[in-house]
Amino acid sequence: MFSLERWHEIFETLNKNRLRTFLTALSVASGIFILVILLGVSTGIQKGVQSEFEQDAANRISVWTGTTTKEYNGLNPGRYIQLKNEDHVLIESNYDDYLEYRTPIYSIWGGAVSYKDQNGTYRVEGAFPDQQFIENETMVQGRFIAQSDLDQTTKVAVIGHQMKRDLFKNEDPIGAQIDIQGINFIVVGVYSDPGGNREENRIFIPLSTAQKVFNAQDRLRSLAYTVKMSDDFDQAVALSSALSEQIDKDLRQKYSVAPDDRSAVRVNSTLEEAKRIYGLIDTIRGVFWFIGIGTIIAGIVGVSNIMLIVVKERTKEIGIRKALGALPWSIIGMILQEAIFVTAMAGFIGLFLGVGLLELVGPMVDSAFIKYPQVDFATAMTTVVVLILAGTLAGFIPAQRAAHIRPIEALRDE
Amino acid sequence: MIEINNLNKSYAVGQNKLHVLKGINFSVKSGEMVAIMGSSGSGKSTFLNILGMLDEADTGSYVLDGTPIKQLNETTAARYRNQFLGFIFQSFNLISYKSALDNVAMPLYYQGMKRQERTERAMHYLEKVGLANWAEHLPNELSGGQKQRVAIARALASDPKVLLADEPTGALDSTTSYEVMDLIQEINDEGKTILCVTHERDIAQMCRRIVHLKDGLIVKDESVNQVRAKIALNV
Ligand SMILES: Nc1ncnc2c1ncn2[C@@H]1O[C@H](COP(=O)(O)OP(=O)(O)OP(=O)(O)O)[C@@H](O)[C@H]1O
Ligand SMILES: [Mg+2]
Repeated sequence: MFSLERWHEIFETLNKNRLRTFLTALSVASGIFILVILLGVSTGIQKGVQSEFEQDAANRISVWTGTTTKEYNGLNPGRYIQLKNEDHVLIESNYDDYLEYRTPIYSIWGGAVSYKDQNGTYRVEGAFPDQQFIENETMVQGRFIAQSDLDQTTKVAVIGHQMKRDLFKNEDPIGAQIDIQGINFIVVGVYSDPGGNREENRIFIPLSTAQKVFNAQDRLRSLAYTVKMSDDFDQAVALSSALSEQIDKDLRQKYSVAPDDRSAVRVNSTLEEAKRIYGLIDTIRGVFWFIGIGTIIAGIVGVSNIMLIVVKERTKEIGIRKALGALPWSIIGMILQEAIFVTAMAGFIGLFLGVGLLELVGPMVDSAFIKYPQVDFATAMTTVVVLILAGTLAGFIPAQRAAHIRPIEALRDE
Repeated sequence: MIEINNLNKSYAVGQNKLHVLKGINFSVKSGEMVAIMGSSGSGKSTFLNILGMLDEADTGSYVLDGTPIKQLNETTAARYRNQFLGFIFQSFNLISYKSALDNVAMPLYYQGMKRQERTERAMHYLEKVGLANWAEHLPNELSGGQKQRVAIARALASDPKVLLADEPTGALDSTTSYEVMDLIQEINDEGKTILCVTHERDIAQMCRRIVHLKDGLIVKDESVNQVRAKIALNV
């Protein structure tokens, strides 16, 4: 069926009917082009979102409190729910087995920090040593807060890389004395954060010190934990959401907060969120495939239509061929092979243009939600398979039509 | 070569049946050159198409060179056509985007012949019809007479047992007609069996036998003294 002779025939026919071939090819090429671009973009979105999640540990559970907005158990709305050290102690003792890293946090926004004649406002967070892992900080210099700092309430600070650049320029910050809200601290470390500059404008100090110098007694702003990960993602998500639900319930019970009062108690599981967003990405990907396949179907219908016209135009020729001894299957083969060839060639052109454009423009794209759009080998191979199928499908009806042409009718003069 | 017995063919026209061939008995020996005449609508083309296996009879038997032709499916019909028959049409029916040479080579392609051999053979037949210099020309660059010669070369290329011609000169002026008939006569002289539908007396006279069709039956079957086309040309 795929003899050299047949190919010769096909090239000749296509070459003799260039405009027709070009138009057919155009519809398929643009279909594949669009599919490739869409798939590339969806990969880009996936990468973009993934890198967003890399900012913090993916298995994080955060606990925040605020003011109640709903009346509950006879208590008026507008109460401020204040987290205390004891809340952390309780959670830790209840769920110790499931937790990996833990830290209660006392933070102040817009803390005035100065070094020599340089100054700025930064978020100051009193935390435990585990905060380093929960926030995904990498040490650039020095060390993070240590347990001994907490025990001895030392006045040490770990500053962000961006902060170091702003306050210290080229000076070595380790051991330097800085002023936070009028109190002297010694810088012991510089960290960098995958979240970038914004996340590097924070300054970490021991929780005990923070509560003492800011006169917070045992009050806390928030709690952060990470869940012990198992290899099974779904299992980890299940554990994470069960745990956050449980903590949520405990706190609401303790402080008498309505179960649906989101502003008074908020327990967030990053993993659950991640799963939701990954689900969303899957949906986006699905939609893109759908659109892409839709475009290709439009292309197939186009090719099929053109091939039908071609068959009609060539009715006489096909009649002649049959009169001269062409077998029905050789006519089917001729039309089918032509359709497959045109779709495949056009499709590859669309594929290369699409991949080319992505390779060219992709590396320049790096926004919050889309990063380096690209198609991988497997996806490219899938589109190739889709192409071949599309070509076969496009040629099928016209080929069938051609095979049923009766020579006497085709050759009748009028 | 050809044995036809009690051949019947009718077409459904709306609710009615149009009985076109009403029991034809007909035989042709190898090397004959037979003209089929009759008024328009008498069923000449229908008859020739059945002989050419482009159409099928309702009843009756047809034996071609010892092979009974019956219950043809498309594939065997195509194979028989390719092996046994060469067609010449009134309107030439060349493939417009193929050169004269490729047109002649077409039946050989469907025989599965290799390209090289095909080209050589096709070229040989083009020479035979005097168009060797026109091999690479497309049909629309040829005159009517030349087109018909290409068609004849194509019909001959697969070395068929019988040539079937439906008004081969119908679209040509008389001089060109005679030139084409001259060629057909030469081919017949070499022993090829030829059936030629025509409604022109002078063309029929150039065959060796004339069969008259009327109302679906053969009403007259006569041998004639063949008029040589060459002589007619020189008059
Ligand atoms: N496919 C068909 N369906 C219905 N009727 C048909 C069909 N083919 C031919 N006929 C009818 O059969 C009759 C014989 O037709 P045919 O073409 O054999 O005539 P003919 O002798 O070749 O005529 P002409 O000299 O005009 O070519 C005509 O009346 C024609 O209308
Ligand atoms: Mg006729």
